[in-house]
Amino acid sequence: MPPASAPAVTRRVPGVGTDAARPDGVPKTRGEFAFSSDLWMDGMLWGKTLRSPHVSARVLLVDASAARAMPGVRAVLTAADVPGRQTYGLEVPDQPVFASDVVRYHGEPIAAVAAEHPETARAAAEAIKVVYEPVDPVVDAELALDAPPLHPDGNLFRHLAIRHGDPGASGDVVVEGRYEVGMQDQAFMGPESGLAVPAEDGGVDLYIATQWLHVDRDQIAASLGMPAERVRLHLAGVGGAFGGREDVSLQIHLCLLALSTGRPVKMVYSRDESFFGHVHRHPATMWFRHHASRDGRLVKVEARIVLDGGAYLSSSNAVVSNAACFAPGPYKVPNAVIDGYAVRTNNPPCGAMRGFGAVQVCYGHEAQMDRLADALGIDRVELRLRNALERFDRLVTGQVLTGAVPVRECIAAALAHPLPPPLSPSDPVLARPGGAGLTADHDDVRRGVGVAVSLKNVAYSEGFDDYATARVRLEAGVGGEPAATVFAATAEVGQGFVTIAQQIVREELGVADVALAPAGTTGIGSAGSSSASRQTWMSGGAIQLACARLRRQLLARAAGRWGCGGGSVEWDAGEALRAETGERLSLAELLTEGPVEAEQEYHHPPTKALDAEGQGDAHLAVMVAAHRAVVDVDPGLGLVRVVQVTTGQDVGRALNPTQITGQIEGGIAQGIGLAVMEEIVLDQGRVRNPSFTDYLIPTTLDMPAVSATLVEQPEPGAPYGAKGVGEPPTISSGPAVLAAIRDATGLPVTRAPVRPEDIALSDREV
Amino acid sequence: MPDVRVALPTTVDGAVDAMAGMPGAQFLAGGTDFCVEVSFGLRRPPAVVCLRRVAELRRTEITPTEVVIGAGATYSDMGARDLVAALPALAAAARTVGSPQIRNAGTIGGNVATASPAGDTLPLLAALDARVVVRGPGTERELGISSLLVGVKRTALEPTQLVVALRVPRVEGPQQFLKVGTRNAMVIAIASAAVVLDRGARRVRAAFGSVGPVPVRPRRAEDELSDAIDWGRLSASEAAVARFGELAAEDCSPISDHRGTAAYRSRAVAVVASRGLRRCLEHVA
Repeated sequence: MPPASAPAVTRRVPGVGTDAARPDGVPKTRGEFAFSSDLWMDGMLWGKTLRSPHVSARVLLVDASAARAMPGVRAVLTAADVPGRQTYGLEVPDQPVFASDVVRYHGEPIAAVAAEHPETARAAAEAIKVVYEPVDPVVDAELALDAPPLHPDGNLFRHLAIRHGDPGASGDVVVEGRYEVGMQDQAFMGPESGLAVPAEDGGVDLYIATQWLHVDRDQIAASLGMPAERVRLHLAGVGGAFGGREDVSLQIHLCLLALSTGRPVKMVYSRDESFFGHVHRHPATMWFRHHASRDGRLVKVEARIVLDGGAYLSSSNAVVSNAACFAPGPYKVPNAVIDGYAVRTNNPPCGAMRGFGAVQVCYGHEAQMDRLADALGIDRVELRLRNALERFDRLVTGQVLTGAVPVRECIAAALAHPLPPPLSPSDPVLARPGGAGLTADHDDVRRGVGVAVSLKNVAYSEGFDDYATARVRLEAGVGGEPAATVFAATAEVGQGFVTIAQQIVREELGVADVALAPAGTTGIGSAGSSSASRQTWMSGGAIQLACARLRRQLLARAAGRWGCGGGSVEWDAGEALRAETGERLSLAELLTEGPVEAEQEYHHPPTKALDAEGQGDAHLAVMVAAHRAVVDVDPGLGLVRVVQVTTGQDVGRALNPTQITGQIEGGIAQGIGLAVMEEIVLDQGRVRNPSFTDYLIPTTLDMPAVSATLVEQPEPGAPYGAKGVGEPPTISSGPAVLAAIRDATGLPVTRAPVRPEDIALSDREV
Repeated sequence: MPDVRVALPTTVDGAVDAMAGMPGAQFLAGGTDFCVEVSFGLRRPPAVVCLRRVAELRRTEITPTEVVIGAGATYSDMGARDLVAALPALAAAARTVGSPQIRNAGTIGGNVATASPAGDTLPLLAALDARVVVRGPGTERELGISSLLVGVKRTALEPTQLVVALRVPRVEGPQQFLKVGTRNAMVIAIASAAVVLDRGARRVRAAFGSVGPVPVRPRRAEDELSDAIDWGRLSASEAAVARFGELAAEDCSPISDHRGTAAYRSRAVAVVASRGLRRCLEHVA
């Protein structure tokens, strides 16, 4: 131990657990942040995609000659111009870069144009002659299971059967229900956009808003028929993602156009094209049967979940796995018979969206828990508490939950927040259901309260090694002060990874000045996807490991200076300390020899595949959230206003409480959006509302007051004990709203989003 | 790339002349409908006549018998204190349009000339039998709002004619506007209702939006209710109020679309008609 008189230079730099400010916060607030749609390069061309107006058709002819002949048009590309793999896809490449013989969904790309002016590109795309022979589409997922194949790979993406315990078990009390969830869109504010620049080595540089740079790169390279290292991706400013940027949209088109023309090419989707350009949340039809003993213990859960995956696979296999695994919710279920199906149809492709399969089933299991409580004559919250999962309980996959599972604590925290004041004739009229339309008077409004609880995994599952890579460099900066730079291909999609990365380096190294190098695929390995609530754990873990290696390098330096053995030197308060003498060397002093740099991959403990019975340790860890919603309903018009949502959320450890609160508020906005208004409306596969005029997302007047409690039970094995926080707010907030609407109206309300007519016309035979 | 010609007149006559001189041109006021259609590629006019600099289009005058509103008055302008006092339901309707930014740009003349079935100011203008002042090359005429609106986004205007002003008769008595949408703000109407009690004429006046190609005047409902109201006390029976909604719904011809079903629209009209009337009445027993 150092003598007590040692100069304790403990200038503590705030690290994890503090409300560090976002480095991109001020530029974004001031409108100075460059998003991918702001990309610009002198001499660039403008790209435009031609898309199918048909849901299902044979393509008899594509004649681009008139378009190619137009002045100002530099390239018109079709399937024949794809030099490498004709298809792409996250799990299996089943989706054509350009449709050539068949179109399978409304808006499928047929061709891409590059021209000197965006209007010329648009006119040229319109001038491409395509002869279609429409085919009757298959738009019902149940019917698609028995329909002729829509694709050589068939119509069943995956059937996951979970058989747990005794499938023949039954309970004293049985409740059964059917539930439906509509197609939600991620509705990120920044539409798909990017800039591809041809390079001297024959490769291409792509500046792009995405969630996972390396997996984009690999798919692009395959279709370009080019080694991956000649396709260099650079993260451009991302205007939101929510899963909608996991799949390739315009990436391959842009690179093809740039390589074909030898010019930089920019493409920006309009809002309506964005609705056709990315995957959506899977619509679901679900059947549940819950069995319980008289004293309110769950005996068995049966479920049949059908997810409409749309025309191409995307991540449907993983989404249906989550839906099946988490179908019972956060409850002890000794016996289960669960079948999840993901099915190909001619509807728009569906894939990743915040909550990833857990959202749809939460609408089912939480409605079932309310029904069961009512059938048993037990309080709805009490039934949940009685069956709440605890640490060392098993999921229906047989997996023992070895981490924190604070179900009861989250429920208690959500309920501990005070309820809003009761309805009053003096409430502001704008605050009533119908809002600015002034449709409701005090006597028209009914209030309801509902509670819902959810469970979801962190990171990828079923044996997938979604590792992350990070490199940290430490050098003498301005005035010799130590400065750190983090290199990682981690996509900042708005979640605040850039803040967390800085906080971790400050925590580990005591360095105040931490910069993030631009994210890209050059010179650094994969970070994995910014999805599945995983980057704080995964990329954060890689940074933490890299910092630990840097400390070892610095201690070796210190030992060298002191001429002592490495074993007698330790790290203390951001400095090297020689224990036996109390001598210290500051970072600045150690860095006079030059910079130090360390790179690390972080791999989470391996997960396992599910067996034929759906059993296996498939998940890394789980996150819990509980929500209580208070709603006002105008039953006469079927209009709803969500008044308040309170939540208790299991975060492991809060590394940045303000950022978590931001995720919670935003996630609740997206969750209540699905509950009461957000839906892509399809008519025989045709998208009817591809605009923000008709695809409604919550406004300020729709957003409830939110009160959140962060439940902190550090997760064993996770860096700092922190879990992910992005998805849980979106999962059970919507089901809590539907429960509250049921409470206010007495109606079954089995569909999300609930439509005004579902409430107002419930007295009619439809 | 074809060039788009742009005229920037400062007078109404200048605007009309510019339009006459550029065949196929489009008048541009707030652009809140027009620019959306351009973005969607639905409209590509070779020329545009911009109206923003025409000061006389924003002139508003309130007399004892009528309110004259310049066609260039924005939805935000409807919130001026004297206009709110004279036409409270028009102000309420204008407040339901889009966002503050949209309300600062969009104009009442544009709302009329666009003639969308969901035009938010149209039901009240129809209920009050507003007159539309129209200027063409060398001509000025006036026609009733119900003669001007002839179908979904169709008017009786010639391409060279410009909506200059709206003349809205002043009616003594309460008026209400209610608009139904699936979101609490910034939403296209699924159904809307304007209800006016004309105490002088002892007439109920009403019109509904988004439930037909043009605003629907429920003549039977107006007639029956006008007889059922005690005009001295401004009262009516519960049964009469409910009956008004039922009759109103019968007069509408809604369609089903992605915003709502015809059945829901009919129900919604009945509900908002009755509620609007109830708010106008002083006693319902």
